[in-house]
Amino acid sequence: MTDSKYFTTTKKGEIFELKAELNSDKKEKKKEAVKKVIASMTVGKDVSALFPDVVNCMQTDNLELKKLVYLYLMNYAKSQPDMAIMAVNTFVKDCEDLNPLIRALAVRTMGCIRVDKITEYLCEPLRKCLKDEDPYVRKTAAVCVAKLHDINAQLVEDQGFLDTLKDLISDSNPMVVANAVAALSEIAESHPNSNLLDLNPQTINKLLTALNECTEWGQIFILDCLASYLPRDDRESQSICERVTPRLSHANSAVVLSAVKVLMKFMEMLPKDLDYYGTLLKKLAPPLVTLLSAEPELQYVALRNINLIVQKRPEILKHEMKVFFVKYNDPIYVKLEKLDIMIRLASQANIAQVLAELKEYATEVDVDFVRKAVRAIGRCAIKVEQSAERCVSTLLDLIQTKVNYVVQEAIVVIKDIFRKYPNKYESVIATLCENLDSLDEPEARAAMIWIVGEYAERIDNADELLESFLEGFHDESTQVQLQLLTAIVKLFLKKPTETQELVQQVLSLATQDSDNPDLRDRGYIYWRLLSTDPVAAKEVVLAEKPLISEETDLIEPTLLEELICHIGTLASVYHKPPSAFVEGSRGVQHKRLPPRAGSGESTESPDVGQSGPSEAPPAVIPSQGDLLGDLLNLDLAPPTATVPSVQPSMQMGAMDLLGGGLDSLLGGDIGGSPSMGAGLGAAPAAMPASLGGAPAVGGGLGDLFDLGGGVGMPTGSYVAPKTVWLLAMKAKGLEISGTFARRGGIIQMDLSLTNKAMSVMTDFAIQFNRNSFGLAPAGPLQVLTPLSPNQTIDVSLPLSTSGPVMKMEPLNNLQVAVKNNIDVFYFSCQYPLSLLFVEDGKMDRQVFLATWKDIPNDNEAQFQIKDIHLNSDVASNKLQGSNIFTIAKRTVEGQDMLYQSVKLTNGIWVLAEMRIQTGNPNYTLSIKCRAPEVCPFVYQCYELVLKN
Amino acid sequence: MPNHPVPVPSSVLAALKNKTIHLSAAKMIHSLFLVNASGDIFLEKHWKSVVSRSVCDYFFEALERATEPENVPPVIPTPHHYLINVLRHRIYFVAVIQSEVPPLFVIEFLHRVVDTFQDYFGVCTEAAIKDNVVVVYELLEEMLDNGFPLATESNILKELIKPPTILRTVVNTITGSTNVGEQLPTGQLSVVPWRRTGVKYTNNEAYFDVIEEIDAIIDKSGSTITAEIQGVIDACVKLTGMPDLTLSFMNPRLLDDVSFHPCVRFKRWEAERILSFIPPDGNFRLLSYHVSSQNLVAIPVYVKHNISFREGSSQGRFELTLGPKQTMGKAVESVLVSSQLPRGVLNANLNPSQGTYTFDPVTKLLSWDVGKINPQKLPSLKGSMSLQAGASKPDENPTINIQFKIQQLAISGLKVNRLDMYGEKYKPFKGIKYMTKAGKFQVRT
Repeated sequence: MTDSKYFTTTKKGEIFELKAELNSDKKEKKKEAVKKVIASMTVGKDVSALFPDVVNCMQTDNLELKKLVYLYLMNYAKSQPDMAIMAVNTFVKDCEDLNPLIRALAVRTMGCIRVDKITEYLCEPLRKCLKDEDPYVRKTAAVCVAKLHDINAQLVEDQGFLDTLKDLISDSNPMVVANAVAALSEIAESHPNSNLLDLNPQTINKLLTALNECTEWGQIFILDCLASYLPRDDRESQSICERVTPRLSHANSAVVLSAVKVLMKFMEMLPKDLDYYGTLLKKLAPPLVTLLSAEPELQYVALRNINLIVQKRPEILKHEMKVFFVKYNDPIYVKLEKLDIMIRLASQANIAQVLAELKEYATEVDVDFVRKAVRAIGRCAIKVEQSAERCVSTLLDLIQTKVNYVVQEAIVVIKDIFRKYPNKYESVIATLCENLDSLDEPEARAAMIWIVGEYAERIDNADELLESFLEGFHDESTQVQLQLLTAIVKLFLKKPTETQELVQQVLSLATQDSDNPDLRDRGYIYWRLLSTDPVAAKEVVLAEKPLISEETDLIEPTLLEELICHIGTLASVYHKPPSAFVEGSRGVQHKRLPPRAGSGESTESPDVGQSGPSEAPPAVIPSQGDLLGDLLNLDLAPPTATVPSVQPSMQMGAMDLLGGGLDSLLGGDIGGSPSMGAGLGAAPAAMPASLGGAPAVGGGLGDLFDLGGGVGMPTGSYVAPKTVWLLAMKAKGLEISGTFARRGGIIQMDLSLTNKAMSVMTDFAIQFNRNSFGLAPAGPLQVLTPLSPNQTIDVSLPLSTSGPVMKMEPLNNLQVAVKNNIDVFYFSCQYPLSLLFVEDGKMDRQVFLATWKDIPNDNEAQFQIKDIHLNSDVASNKLQGSNIFTIAKRTVEGQDMLYQSVKLTNGIWVLAEMRIQTGNPNYTLSIKCRAPEVCPFVYQCYELVLKN
Repeated sequence: MPNHPVPVPSSVLAALKNKTIHLSAAKMIHSLFLVNASGDIFLEKHWKSVVSRSVCDYFFEALERATEPENVPPVIPTPHHYLINVLRHRIYFVAVIQSEVPPLFVIEFLHRVVDTFQDYFGVCTEAAIKDNVVVVYELLEEMLDNGFPLATESNILKELIKPPTILRTVVNTITGSTNVGEQLPTGQLSVVPWRRTGVKYTNNEAYFDVIEEIDAIIDKSGSTITAEIQGVIDACVKLTGMPDLTLSFMNPRLLDDVSFHPCVRFKRWEAERILSFIPPDGNFRLLSYHVSSQNLVAIPVYVKHNISFREGSSQGRFELTLGPKQTMGKAVESVLVSSQLPRGVLNANLNPSQGTYTFDPVTKLLSWDVGKINPQKLPSLKGSMSLQAGASKPDENPTINIQFKIQQLAISGLKVNRLDMYGEKYKPFKGIKYMTKAGKFQVRT
């Protein structure tokens, strides 16, 4: 008796039959019927019509039947929300059952039913289950919070489940801790700026304790969470490393790789001369090697990560070359990765072995692999100078095999070797020339032509060789055509007498008979050079070329650092930062390695007398343009948990000056001022309370700059003049006017409070309602002195974007409550969306293109901006001041097309195309965004910025 | 650069009303599809919302591009999802994920799914899965919650969902009882989650198998290019109560790269090089280790070969002789030689001194079932290969793959010193077995 019988009823009226069976009186028959329904479901058949009948079977003492019904419910509740309500009572009852298994099952299932009406009923049972006496129920409930958050984030926050979840990090049961961490991590990803996982040495200690005792999966969650922590100093870093290293011996490879990530990251903080640093390096090699003996798919992920590790710390695996040798029956994706790492590890010490292997691979069957092996030989030659000669002779041996694709690859790499070691191996040219006829791939043909042109003086029949290519000039690919043009010009400059006719022929082919503008241009340049000044032409064309660099394929260091922080993730498999392929879903927090303590690097930071343990990032600020970038990096470094004890007035002064656009004057101060880093919005917890405002001194300064108003803003974003938000007559004499500004990455609300009443006002405080982008005061409203009658005070309130989120109507509406000793007053105001345009909103061109295509056309909105009398460059500069970045510009038929990108604080990207016709004051703006509701507001910002 | 039809602002307004800003992202494993060798999806399971099976089209594209079934890349990106797949028992397990998830985490989980199926149904085949589809579904639901792994230990799962047996099916039908456990699994939350309480046996026994596999590449001339040993200690422990075991080795220094079952106390190992643990009940892998290529690895067999083709001749010569090398006096058994001959070979006419050989003219796979190597009379396989007339001499050199077994020997030299039991009063039966096998043992020609 097997379950396959459930698949056999395929005749008509199947649903009808099942319905009858489900309503049968016999328990056994019912269960069999539910099983049949589930079986149909697993193969993708639609059995949703049976919903009421299946739900009727739910109230049962039979646990298996109950589970089966639950399975069904999870699948179909969404499509039958009204029916699903029928199940609520049973759920609520089950949450109170004596058997913890049933309590957990009920809360778990309820969380999987994504129906709003059901989630409402879930809150109370969930609250109880989070505090259940049985840890099995608690750990299930912890995950349920994450599920609920996915359905209705607001509800979770309102009900205080997040705090309960945070409390569970201190639970006595390690499995509960692990699940709480997992749930919090998941929730935190959709709130990039929040500090849900508020890590401090105490919580870290709890996590490390739980790490030893929880399941393998829990260990992964905890390790990934640990990796986002920034230790206070090298000693803490070392102690965490010591407690994480045992995980390297875990049988689960994901645990191992997560542990490697933590160690690679925290190692960065250890002084290199420390004994422990060396010990740690040694401990990292064996687990990495072990990963390579696992199943091929594990090997692949491991190899992609090892590729990063080897680039960051080559010393770890420098003696392990042999484990990367390719076995003939490795899957191709493993072979290619191994090859790449072999080249990275190649050194003088092991080059002989490596070459012997590569030569072996070059005779394998798989063409892609063979090609890559041949290229690898060339890369070895360029990387290890001592081996160049041996590499060249290996390549020559391979050319003798006459295997067509091997020969072609060999010629391409020999060209590179010539460029690295000029005048050394030219003796092989004769051999290469023998193979001229067999070359049919453009890259190989181009390489060969380059060689002939470059060494024309040593090849007797160079002119004949090149002439033979010229016959089919128009059929060649551009690459070959360009190369041929250059080679013949070189030849002419070297042997002018015999080749005059040839050069004329190629120039006319390139300039007159070709449609390719690149080719034509190059042809004309040569032509003019040759006809005006042949001596100059010689100097230009035959100039000494720079040597090609040793390793052209290394990952750029900042990207490498970021990827090291993402070891084990998809980012590490694709070698792209997470922001490049998980758009919008997370707030693109660039991770960086922590700075090393006590080593030479810290001396670059200016000593500003801070007692805080974490050093500020280097304050080398070359120009104002880069200042923003640097400030931004400050922001992106993991937040420090220190609150600086700097006098508030001083700080405020610096802030206001910055706001005034005098950024460049402050280079040194900014670099060293921790409050700046904090103020940039990454971590509200790190926000110094003193930053909120400086009534006396700061206020005065603020006034001065406000007088300057819009005039005093040579660069930076446009700030609208203050408008009255709260009328004195409506607020018992308190009048509030204000505006919003974004200054150097900080969002500020500038307020003027005027007392028009007869009595003194004190005890000011401010609060925001939930709003679309989570704007919230980053500190208290600091009005230290009482506000006397008829006095006005100016306050700048820094804002963060980590507050609670709720969609407002209109989107940019902000409801504010201000309290003083008299009463609480409410008003609402609207902020320009440009407040939320972040400084790193410049999208990569390729990503822009792909994203533009990816966003459906329905999401595109078009607007007219009228009466703008700016040319495209001025407009583009102006917009850049407000963090609207021009990525590319194209001119088509007198129309300038600007392609622009903007990123909001919550990670949403907005792409725009602005068309400017010369002489026409009306611009056309097309905006595309995954969240199309922001488009009109972005348009508003464009208009505001361009018109002011 | 972008091309665009002119949009209507009213549609923007409509969108404004209907949509909220999408910030949330589903984590972890979203769905699982099982695909058989002929490319049909025969089971799907969704842990979150239902993902249309059309997402597998990207997988099928990759499958089509791959030259061999095992060459499908393990991670496949699609516009909105990532597909991570493993191929086991000719079934592709395709996991769908929607955002940044550690791929190894997914792969390890899929391995666990495969192991569980095998554990429950004896084999992991399409037929077995279809025969037990409801149990499969119950298992998958129990293993993952919201995409987070829940119960993956076989011990715990078996308490929650009883494995199907013919007897139980009959009993259940008669008595109407179920195959779902009614009680909370005892191990689930204890400090030893891998062991259930209340274990009872009349015969108490603990057996350990030390199994080593040699991976090696031997070059043309017979010298070793690389050789390493992957070792495991698999245990079958059937002991009553809560036994606490220690296992010590004669030469623990060999083990410098080890991965333990979670039951092993790591501190004790670090300090004393002793394995101390409360074992799970039944079969489990206690330890796996790796003896790296930097140590000297003994190579138990050698191969003499001469595979040659002459230019202009349609015949090639094939000669292969096997012999024992460093076997510590033990017999080399179950020897199987296989080799992928060059594409140009039409047929092979060979004469084995022992065993039988087959040559598949389509796949060009030569395999020779040798059996046991007798050092006095070395096995050989000799004869000729016929090539396509007029074709040029093949330029690839076939690699020879060798499988073998050696009983009662751990080739690394690892030896268990003693096994002690604490915490329980009875005397258990104890046993240790050693075995060496070839892993990826390749000889280049």
